[in-house]
Amino acid sequence: MPEGKYCNKTPITTAEGITDLLADKSGAKYYEEMKSLEVDSDLLWKTIQNTCKSRIRTWLEICAHCGMCADSCFLYLANDRVPEQVPAYKIQSTLGTIIKKKGKVSNKFMRDAMRVAWAQCTCCNRCGMYCPHGIDTGIMFGYLRGLLYQQGFVPWEMKIGAGMHRVYNAQMDISSEDYVDTFEWMVEEYEDDYPGLTVPVDVEDADIMYTVNAREAKHYPEDLAEAAILFHIAGENWTIPSKGWEQTSLAMFAGDWVACKQQVESVYDAMERLRPKRMIGTECGHAHRASVVEGPYWAGRKDGRPPVESIHYIEWLAEALREGKLKIDPAKRIKQPVTLQDSCNYVRNHGLRDTAREILSYLVEPGYFIDMDPRKQHNFCCGGGGGFNGIGYFRKERNVGLKVKRDQILATGAKLVIAPCHNCWDAIRDLEEEFEIGIKWSFLKPLVIEMLDIPDHLKPQEEDE
Amino acid sequence: MHAFLTGPLFYISLAVCLGGMIFRFYKYFTGLSWQLDRVAYKEYPMMGLKGAWRSIYKWLIPYGTYGWRQQPVMAAAFFAFHIGAVCIPLFLAGHNVFLKEKLGFSLPMLGACAADIISWLAIAGLCVLVLRRLVLPEVRILTDRKDWGVLLLSFLPFATGLLARYQVGDYGLWLNLHILSGELVLLAIPFTKLSHVFLFFASRAQLGMDFGIKRGGLKGTPMAW
Ligand code: HEM
Ligand code: HEM
Ligand code: SF4
Ligand code: SF4
Repeated sequence: MPEGKYCNKTPITTAEGITDLLADKSGAKYYEEMKSLEVDSDLLWKTIQNTCKSRIRTWLEICAHCGMCADSCFLYLANDRVPEQVPAYKIQSTLGTIIKKKGKVSNKFMRDAMRVAWAQCTCCNRCGMYCPHGIDTGIMFGYLRGLLYQQGFVPWEMKIGAGMHRVYNAQMDISSEDYVDTFEWMVEEYEDDYPGLTVPVDVEDADIMYTVNAREAKHYPEDLAEAAILFHIAGENWTIPSKGWEQTSLAMFAGDWVACKQQVESVYDAMERLRPKRMIGTECGHAHRASVVEGPYWAGRKDGRPPVESIHYIEWLAEALREGKLKIDPAKRIKQPVTLQDSCNYVRNHGLRDTAREILSYLVEPGYFIDMDPRKQHNFCCGGGGGFNGIGYFRKERNVGLKVKRDQILATGAKLVIAPCHNCWDAIRDLEEEFEIGIKWSFLKPLVIEMLDIPDHLKPQEEDE
Repeated sequence: MHAFLTGPLFYISLAVCLGGMIFRFYKYFTGLSWQLDRVAYKEYPMMGLKGAWRSIYKWLIPYGTYGWRQQPVMAAAFFAFHIGAVCIPLFLAGHNVFLKEKLGFSLPMLGACAADIISWLAIAGLCVLVLRRLVLPEVRILTDRKDWGVLLLSFLPFATGLLARYQVGDYGLWLNLHILSGELVLLAIPFTKLSHVFLFFASRAQLGMDFGIKRGGLKGTPMAW
C-alpha cells in the first residue's frame, strides 16, 4: 500500500479532507499507514537538484565537524548532551544523507528523518549564530521539512494545519463571517466599559490594518477585545480585514510552500484592497515571521517587503507608550519579579531585541525586571517553537525540551513571565503544568489594559452620581 | 625530483588552487538565489555588504564572538593553528625567497624567531584539535575519515617544514617531502573541505547578508555575533 488513505503525498485541499483526517484520532491510522508509504526517490532527487543550491550545499560540504554548534542547541542541552542532538549531526544524518544517496532512501529513513526534523529541531536558528562557518542548521531543517512534506512524511497535525490554510486561509476552520462575528461579539461584550468601542471592518485607507492568530478567534477571543480596547484608547484609526485576517502559517512549520504562498497572499490582497498605512500583527512570533519576514519571498516580492509597512504588535505598543497615546498609571505598575521571553522569530530573526524591553520600562517598577540569561538574539527557544507544541506524536520530546526554559526562568527568580508570542506563551503554560514551578505567564495586552491611565472622556459615564 | 617539485608541480598546484577557487567562488555566488534563499541580496547591496563584513571580521577576531567566548579552549586551538596555517605559507622568509625566484614577487616576511614560534603554536593548536576530536563525544559523533584526512594533510607541511628547518637527518629529503606536502595542500583545496580556506568567506558573507538584510538589518539591528 504505497499511498495510504490518510497518509499520502497529496496535500489536503477540501473541507472533507480535513474532517476525514481529523476523524482519525491522534493520527493513529495515519502513522500506521506511514510505515508503508513509498518514497518517490526520483521526485526527491529532482526537487533537490532544482532547489538545493550553493548556499545549503556549501554548508553541508564545509561543515568542519567541529561540534561548536552543540552547546548552542537547547535540545542538545535538554537531552543530557547526547551527541545525537548535535545540530550538525542532526542535519548531516538526514538532509546530508539524502543528498549523498541522491534521494535513494528507505521508508524507515524518511520516518526517522521526520522525527529529527520536527522533534529534534524547532528551527530556532540559534546554532547558526554559534557556527564559525556561519552554517545555519535551522534553515536547512526548514528546507528538509519541505522535502519531507512533499513525500508525505509529515506529522499529522502539520498535514492538517497546512490543509486548513489551503481550505480556509487560516490555521483553523474559521470562515470570514465567523471571524468578523466573533470580533464584533467580543467588542460588544466590552462596550459598557469602553463607550464607543467598535471594530471597524474592511475600512479603506485606515492607518492600521490589524491581523491576528486564528487561535485568538477560536480559543482566546478576549485577545481580540483587548486589541480593540487598546487601539480605541490610543485613538487609532484602525480596521480589520474580513478576508486575509490570518497572520499565521502552520504551512511554514509543515514545509508546504504552496500553502505558505497562498496564505500570505491572502493577507497581502487585503493590504492591497484596503490600502492601510501599516499592518500590525498580533502578539505572535511565527505569524510575524510568516507574513512579514518570509512571506514577501513566498509571494515573489523582490524587495523582500510586504506591500505596506508591517510591524509586530510590540513595535506598535512601544510606539504608543513612547508617544503618550497610551498612558500607564504609575501606581499600577508591576511590582513583582518579572522576566521576558524573547521570541526567536522576531528577536533573533528580525532584530526586535530592545522593543519589548522598552515596553517593560513603562510597565514594570524599576528594579523588578530581571532578564533571562542568555537573552535577546541569544535567547533559547521557548521549547515549543516550529510546530513542536502542536504535535501530539512528539509530546514527550517536547516536554523534555521545556527544561532549558524552565531553568532559565527559575534562575531569574521571576514569578511572572511575559511572553508576547503565542508559541512561547503556550510552551510556558505547558512547562508550568509539567513542572509546577509556580509562575504565571501573560501576553502584553491584558497587562497593559490593567495598568492604563484612561482619559476621562473615554471612561464610562457614571449614571447614578 | 627537486626540479619537478619546485618547477612544474609548483606551478600546477598554484594554478589549480587559485583557478579552482575562483571557479568555486563564481559557482557559489551565482548559485545564490534571492527567492530560494529568501534574501533580497540585490535590493539592498549596502546593507548586505555591511552584514557580510561584520559576519566575517567578528569571527576572525580571537574571542570576538559569543561563539568563540563560549568555547575558550577551542578558540585558542583554532587561532593557534590557523594563524600559522595562514601566516606561515604566506609570510615565511624561506617561502618568499622561493616566491621571488619563481614568480618575481614576494610578500612581507616574518623574522626567523617569530616564524618558529608561530609554527610551533600551530602544531600545538592542531594537537588540541586532534585531541578534542578523539575525546569529546559531540565531536566524535561527527568525525569521519575525511576529517582525519584533512587534519593529516594540514599537519604534514608543518611537520616536514620543521624537520627541514632543524635539519633533522637528511635536509634534502625533508625539503622535498615538505614541498610535496605543501603542494598537496594547494591541490586539495578546491576539492576537499579545505575549500573552506576560501568558502569560509563566502558562507559567512551569505549569512551576514541574510541577517544584514532580512533578519534585522533593515530594522537597524546589526547581528550580535
Ligand atoms: C607549496 C609549496 C611550499 C614550498 C615550495 C615551501 C618551501 C619551504 C622552504 C624552502 C622552507 C625553508 C626550509 C628551510 O628552513 O630551509 C619551508 C619551511 C617551512 N614551511 Fe614551507 N613550503 C611550501 C608550503 C608550505 C605550507 C602549505 C605550509 C604550512 C601550512 C608550510 C609550512 C612551513 C613551515 C612550518 C616551515 C618551517 C618554518 C620555520 O622556519 O620555522 N610550507 N617551506
Ligand atoms: C583564511 C583562512 C582560513 C579560515 C578563515 C579558516 C577557517 C576555519 C574554520 C572556521 C574552521 C572550523 C573550526 C575548526 O574546526 O577549527 C576551520 C577548520 C579547519 N581548518 Fe581552516 N581556515 C582557514 C585556512 C586554513 C588553512 C590554510 C588550513 C590548512 C592548511 C586549514 C585547515 C583547517 C583544518 C584542518 C580544520 C579542521 C579542524 C578540526 O578538525 O577541528 N584552514 N577553518
Ligand atoms: S535551529 Fe535551534 S533547535 Fe534546531 S538544531 Fe539549531 S539550535 Fe537546535
Ligand atoms: S559549528 Fe558549524 S562547522 Fe562546526 S560542526 Fe557545527 S555546523 Fe559544522
